[in-house]
Amino acid sequence: MQGNEACVEGALDAGVRFYAGYPITPSSEIAEDFAAKLPPLGGKFIQMEDEIASMAAVVGASLAGQKAVTATSGPGFSLKQEIIGFATMVEAPCVIMNVQRAGPSTGLPTSPAQGDVMQARWGTHGDHPALVLCPSSVTDAYLLSFQAVNWAERFRTPVIVLLDETIGHLRERVRLPGREEMVISSRKQPHGDPETFQPYEITDEDLIPPLPPYGGGYRFHTTGLYHDETGFPSNRPEVTDRLLNRLHEKIDKYKETLFLYESYGLRQANQLIISYGASARSAKAAWRKAREKGLLVGLLILKTIWPFPEEIVTQAGHDKNNIVVAEMNKGQLIGEVERVMDKRIPIRGANRADGVLITPEQILAKLEGVN
Amino acid sequence: MELEKYFRVEKLPHIWCPGCGHGSVMMSIAKGVDKLGWDPKKVVVVSGIGCSSRAAGYLNFNTLHTVHGRPIAFATGVKLANPELHVIVITGDGDGAAIGGNHLIHACRRNIGINVVLFNNQIYGMTSGQYSPMTPEGSMATTSPFGNIEPPFDLCELTKSAGANFVARGTVYHLPKLDSYMEKAFSKKGFSYLEAISQCPTYYGRRNKLKTPLEMLEWQKENSIDIKKAKDLDPEELKGKIITGIFTERDEEEYTVRYDKLIASVQGGKK
Repeated sequence: MQGNEACVEGALDAGVRFYAGYPITPSSEIAEDFAAKLPPLGGKFIQMEDEIASMAAVVGASLAGQKAVTATSGPGFSLKQEIIGFATMVEAPCVIMNVQRAGPSTGLPTSPAQGDVMQARWGTHGDHPALVLCPSSVTDAYLLSFQAVNWAERFRTPVIVLLDETIGHLRERVRLPGREEMVISSRKQPHGDPETFQPYEITDEDLIPPLPPYGGGYRFHTTGLYHDETGFPSNRPEVTDRLLNRLHEKIDKYKETLFLYESYGLRQANQLIISYGASARSAKAAWRKAREKGLLVGLLILKTIWPFPEEIVTQAGHDKNNIVVAEMNKGQLIGEVERVMDKRIPIRGANRADGVLITPEQILAKLEGVN
Repeated sequence: MELEKYFRVEKLPHIWCPGCGHGSVMMSIAKGVDKLGWDPKKVVVVSGIGCSSRAAGYLNFNTLHTVHGRPIAFATGVKLANPELHVIVITGDGDGAAIGGNHLIHACRRNIGINVVLFNNQIYGMTSGQYSPMTPEGSMATTSPFGNIEPPFDLCELTKSAGANFVARGTVYHLPKLDSYMEKAFSKKGFSYLEAISQCPTYYGRRNKLKTPLEMLEWQKENSIDIKKAKDLDPEELKGKIITGIFTERDEEEYTVRYDKLIASVQGGKK
C-alpha cells in the first residue's frame, strides 16, 4: 500500500464520508482515491475550484454533520490557512493532510521536504492551538490519519496530518490492527431543549461544547468573530480572553495523551537522535549503524510534533551529551528542542533542504565518535 | 407580526446605518422563506464578510458567518453534505463579485441548489467606502478619489452564462418585485442568483451627490429599466442603467440530485 492511499483508508475507517480538494502534487493520489472510494460508501467527493474553496467546503460539510477531510501540498496549504483558522475559531472538526514538497513557492513539486513544520503550527493568523501528526511509515499514515479524524471530532478542532513526498509515495507492506481494535470517536451531541440551546455553553469537564448538525433541530449562529456562549459576536475583553484560553486549554488539558512517539535504546545511551517523518527512516538507519559501531546512541521518533512533546523530549535528552535533530529543512523543530533542553547540552542539526532524502551518513556525521 | 419568528429580535437594533437598504432585502428573504413554507430548522444561511453578511446574525435559522469572499464555497459543502437543507447565501458586491467571484461562477456551473442573494450597494461599506467591482463608472470612492475608471461587473449576465437555473435583479425601491423574484429564486431546485440593488447613503451617496437615502431610492427608480424594455435599447442608452427583471429561468438538473443518482448507480453496479 502507498502512503497517500493509507491516509485515505485510515480516514474512511474513522468514518469520513466527505472530501473536498484541489489537485496538487504530490498529494493528488489522496483525492483520486477518495473520488473512487467515497461514492460506493454513499459518501461525497467534490473537486472544488481552488484550494481555498475546498477548505471552505470541508468546514461547511463538517457543520452539516459529516466527518470531512481535505488534502494538499505546500502552496495549497498556504492558501488554506485562513479557513484553518476559521475552523479553529468556530470549532469545526476537520482534517487537513499536507504532503509536503520542497518550497518556498512552487519549489520542487515532486521532491520531499519538511519545510512546513512551522507553517503547520503558525500558518494561520492569530494565537491558536495546533494539533499536528507526522507519519514516518505507511502504517503510520493509516494509523495517524485514523487518529487525526478521531481527535478532530473529539476536540472539535482542525487536525493536520503532515506527510512528506517520500512517505506519501512510499509503498511498503503494512500491518493494520483489526477493525475491532479501532475505536471511533464522534463529536458530542446536545440533549437539551433546542429552544434554549447555546452552542458554546461549556458544561463538561473537557471544555468542549456539543456540535449538532444543521437540520438536526438545533438552530444556532456561527461566526469567526470572537463570540460568547450564544455564538454571537462580542468584543468584551473577558469574553475574548475566555474563548481564546479555552481553545488552548481544551487541548493542553489532554496533552500527555496526545504525545505519540517511538523510542529506541534511550537508557543505554549518551547521545540522542531526534527525528520525524521520512527523515526518521534515515535516522533509524543511522542509529543502527552507530550501534553497530559500538556507540551509545538513542533514537526518538516523534509522531506528534504539535503540541510539541516537551516532556518526552526533555526526558529522553536530559542525560545526553549530544543531541542530533534530523529534519529536511534548514532547522525548524530543532528550535523547539533548543527551547526545552538544558542549555549546556550541545544540540546539532542534521539538515537537508535540496529536495533529496536525507541520508543516514549525514546524520551519523553529527554524532560524536564517528570516524 | 407574522414574520417576526424569522428574526432574532433580541439582536436588534441592527448595525446598519440609517437609510441603508439592507434591512429591506433581509425582510424580503424572510418573506421568501415564509412563502415557500420552509421549516426554519432546515434553512441554513451562509454569509461572508461585509455589511450585507451581517444579516445572517439577525435571521433565526442556522446561520454561518464565514470569511471574506467564500460563503458560496462553505455553502457548497453544507448542501452536498446534506441535500435536504435549504441553503441561502447572503453576500455583497465586494464579497461576491471581487474576492468571491470564482466561487460564484463555479457554483453556477455545477448548478448546485444554493440561493445566492447579493446585496449590491455598489461600495465597500464595512471598510468605509472603497470602490467595488460593481461601483458605477465615474463614481467617487475613497480609493477612487478622482472618479472610478473601471466598468462595473454585470453579474446577472455572468451567472446566466455560467449556468445558473435562475437569475434576476431587483431593487430596494421596487420592493414588491424584489419579493416576487425572491420567491421564484427560492422555488428553483438548482442554483439561483438574485441581485438586490441596495443603497449606502453613508459611503456611496454622500460622495456621489445623492445626499439623502430618499435621493438614492429615487436614483434607483429613475435609472431602472425593465429587461423587456432594455431589449429594444442599444448599449449606449443602457450605459449606467440598472436592468431589472428575470434574466434566465431554467430547470436543469440540480447537482446534488445528479450526485445521488451517481451514488445509486455505483452502489447498484456492485450488487
